[in-house]
Amino acid sequence: MVKKKKSPAPDAIRIGLFVTCLADLFRPSVAFAAVKLLENAGCIVEVPETQTCCGQPAYNSGDEAGAKALARNVVSAFESFEYVIAPSGSCAAMIRVHYPELLKDDPQFGARAVDLADKTYELISFLTGTLGVRGVDMKLDARATYHDSCSGMRELGIKAQPRTLLASIDGLELRELTDPNACCGFGGAFSVKYPDISGKIVSVKTKDIGDTGAKLLLGSDLGCLMNIAGRLKREGSDVEVRHVAEVLAGELAAPPIGEGD
Amino acid sequence: MSAREAILGRIKQSLNVSGDDAGRKHTVKSRLETHPRHTIPERGQLDLEGRIGLLAEILEGQSASIAPVAKIADVPEEILRYLRGHGLAPALRIGENPVLRPLDWERAKLEVAAGAADTHTLTGCSTAFCAIAESGTLMLLSGPQNPATLNYLPDNHIVVLKREDVLASYEEGWDKMRARGADIPRNVNYISGPSRTADIEQTIFLGAHGPRRLHVVMVK
Amino acid sequence: MLAGTGNFTENTRKALEDAALQKALGNVKRGFIAKRAKARAALPEFETLRDEAKEIKIHTLAHMDLYLARYEAQVKRAGGQVHWARDSGQARRIIAGICKAAGAKSVTKGKSMITEEIGLNRYLQAQGYEVVETDLGEYLIQIRGETPSHIIAPAVHLNKEQVETDFRSHHKNLPPERPLSKVSDLVNEARQVLREKFVNADVGITGANFLIAETGQSVIVTNEGNGDLTQTLPRVHIVAASLEKVVPTLEDASTLIRILARSATGQDISTYTTFTSGPKREQDLDGPEEFHVVLLDNGRSGLPGGEFEDMLRCIRCGACLNHCPVYQSVGGHAYGSVYPGPMGSVLTPLLQGVSEARHLPHACTLCGRCEAVCPVRIPLPAMLRRWRMRDFAKKPPLAKAKLGLKLWVFLARHPALYRLITTPVIKILALTGGRKGRICALPFGGAWTDQRDLPAPQGTSFMARWRKGERP
Repeated sequence: MVKKKKSPAPDAIRIGLFVTCLADLFRPSVAFAAVKLLENAGCIVEVPETQTCCGQPAYNSGDEAGAKALARNVVSAFESFEYVIAPSGSCAAMIRVHYPELLKDDPQFGARAVDLADKTYELISFLTGTLGVRGVDMKLDARATYHDSCSGMRELGIKAQPRTLLASIDGLELRELTDPNACCGFGGAFSVKYPDISGKIVSVKTKDIGDTGAKLLLGSDLGCLMNIAGRLKREGSDVEVRHVAEVLAGELAAPPIGEGD
Repeated sequence: MSAREAILGRIKQSLNVSGDDAGRKHTVKSRLETHPRHTIPERGQLDLEGRIGLLAEILEGQSASIAPVAKIADVPEEILRYLRGHGLAPALRIGENPVLRPLDWERAKLEVAAGAADTHTLTGCSTAFCAIAESGTLMLLSGPQNPATLNYLPDNHIVVLKREDVLASYEEGWDKMRARGADIPRNVNYISGPSRTADIEQTIFLGAHGPRRLHVVMVK
Repeated sequence: MLAGTGNFTENTRKALEDAALQKALGNVKRGFIAKRAKARAALPEFETLRDEAKEIKIHTLAHMDLYLARYEAQVKRAGGQVHWARDSGQARRIIAGICKAAGAKSVTKGKSMITEEIGLNRYLQAQGYEVVETDLGEYLIQIRGETPSHIIAPAVHLNKEQVETDFRSHHKNLPPERPLSKVSDLVNEARQVLREKFVNADVGITGANFLIAETGQSVIVTNEGNGDLTQTLPRVHIVAASLEKVVPTLEDASTLIRILARSATGQDISTYTTFTSGPKREQDLDGPEEFHVVLLDNGRSGLPGGEFEDMLRCIRCGACLNHCPVYQSVGGHAYGSVYPGPMGSVLTPLLQGVSEARHLPHACTLCGRCEAVCPVRIPLPAMLRRWRMRDFAKKPPLAKAKLGLKLWVFLARHPALYRLITTPVIKILALTGGRKGRICALPFGGAWTDQRDLPAPQGTSFMARWRKGERP
């Protein structure tokens, strides 16, 4: 059980936080929550200045050269750390799963991409897996449901980890979606390239969320959460949407995603 | 160049191989000769009692029926009972079947016609080569003894199966077939229930084109 | 002869507005997904079998030339003939030639995606043959003049009211006041009408799920029994199959059969699985006198060893369609290609050229659920991404989306400039969001805001706040 911030031990794990562009630009509170969770677990968190985007939009749109250039940036910016942690399954999967393949023929970066992949993790699975965190000291009276983002779930096997930590929150009731394995329809550029289909898919998700009776939707990928929150708000739903790290860290000062003061 | 040569040539080119690589040829020859088995699920490795239980359970779950009889001579009586129970005419058609032909059909007052089925055949009767318990499947070999039309044209299909021929897995069925020594028949038919369709609104309905009913008579 | 795929966006809009279609798609989702999940749960060895199935296919593809040659030799040995077809046109001509030589007038067909791929029906009909599809779903779409909307459930987009209307207008010789409102009425009527077709056909054409090199057998799986009637009653039986259907042995086929129906319909095995070799034997009382196999290439021979080789592992179970959020939303017809869904979006550009099918690889969220359920573990998302890369390299350089992406990549490669530009943008967006915290309409962001609000940024970037020393 992680109670409160410890001062880092001399042999503390030194982490490079990959903030992710969405957390950086849209929702810094997620990154602050990530820092808090990692520091509470005894890590030293650093934030390299030269980081921007992991290259996922380019990679998934077919811009191989652009994706490679951004991947090399990330490798250079983060390879000196013991671990690289991202509060996003899809960005972590980009580095962990796709960088080695993307840079495999790069004589300068190929091997380095593999090394970086080996030490890159999504935040929650790193807390429960590598750091062995079993719970948080938190209280929150809420009925919540959870959206498993596709990349995190299928490329990194993240499913039980956030539920383990959420179960330790006093007062939080978690109700599962009827089809938790279904995509929310975000898909990066897909959401604006095929808005009608994307809108249809996310409306199935918001219906599933509504049917659970939950008033709080949690997840660990801001892309999906912004898509779902945007749709819920458009439909006039009162379900609040937050990144799971915010709830676990008790960083709830900022309004939920898509809501004002 | 013939299409055959062009296609095979392009495959070899794609694979970056020549046609007469002894290593590849040997690999293929040995695979075909030894036909190695892959994982056989546990449900495909049961003892006889377990196999019979599983076969009956799956077949009944698929809306087929199964009835045991003590000896082959009891088959006509059981068939009569079945046909009467469903209000069906006491008539059936069988092929040149050495097991079924000699039975005393007259005593059971069953009218038996011989040969392949036509559109007027209401009930066809065949013998199974064996059954595969793991999937609730009857394995039939086509031939004069079991014309394939008997399996598909009539409204009702009755299959006579010997109890000891209830095998565990597909692989055991193939081994039994290979052990016959004879050339393979035109058809090996796996039958795992009466005909069905779910093509309209995913609603399952029995008797799409083939038999509406499948009944298995299992002989001790 | 593949349908044009160009109107994808228009097709999808229509599909989304089609209430009957949307209801039918709900059935697909609820039915197939739950049934597969149940079948998988009931077989503890399922994942192991998937691994082995994949290995069987990989081994076969690496020795495809040799297994095909062996298959051909075994078919000949059983008294059948094998015809090799380089492309759709050649396959159509071969089949029409067999029909002509047989003096045929009418042809019945079992369900075959290959004959859809080569556009066989229209070709034979133009030559005066009566061609009748006998799989109930195929028959339903044939009388409507449609193409399959699903590779294993071709009429999944229809409801029973539509079928009733079609039967009343098509089966004109039956009493007009007959009851036809129930599924049972409809199935019985189809059975009655098609019986006559089965019996009177001169040629029966089926597809093949597998071709077994060891024995020269082709395998079909059906639930209706229509495939067996198609291949048993006429005087001539033609099997239309593509090259990659070949597998080495009966044991290999057994493993594939164990995962095929479970992945497709959730059955342990389809009701009828039939292994066929050659024409009727001398002593046989029924069966065709002639047996032909038409082996279709259509570009497949160029795939082994290449980037899209894995696609040849596909056993056409349809699981990737059933689990695809895009397929679930728009159905199969919207794709405009013979093979819809994830497998279709990889395969169609291979068969008909990427420029014709350019939309398909993009119309996917890359959610990965298709790969997660594929019985032979085809990396469909990775292959769709590969198509996108090829397309990106080709596209005219100033396409709007590409320009936007290039700008993003440029900025992201120059962190200082990136922060200089993004700082005012998120500031403005935050102000636009105002007290509501979200934006309902954006001048250049309609594609997003037509469907959902845009959650507004918090205003200042994390990097800026962190640099100023802010800590949690």
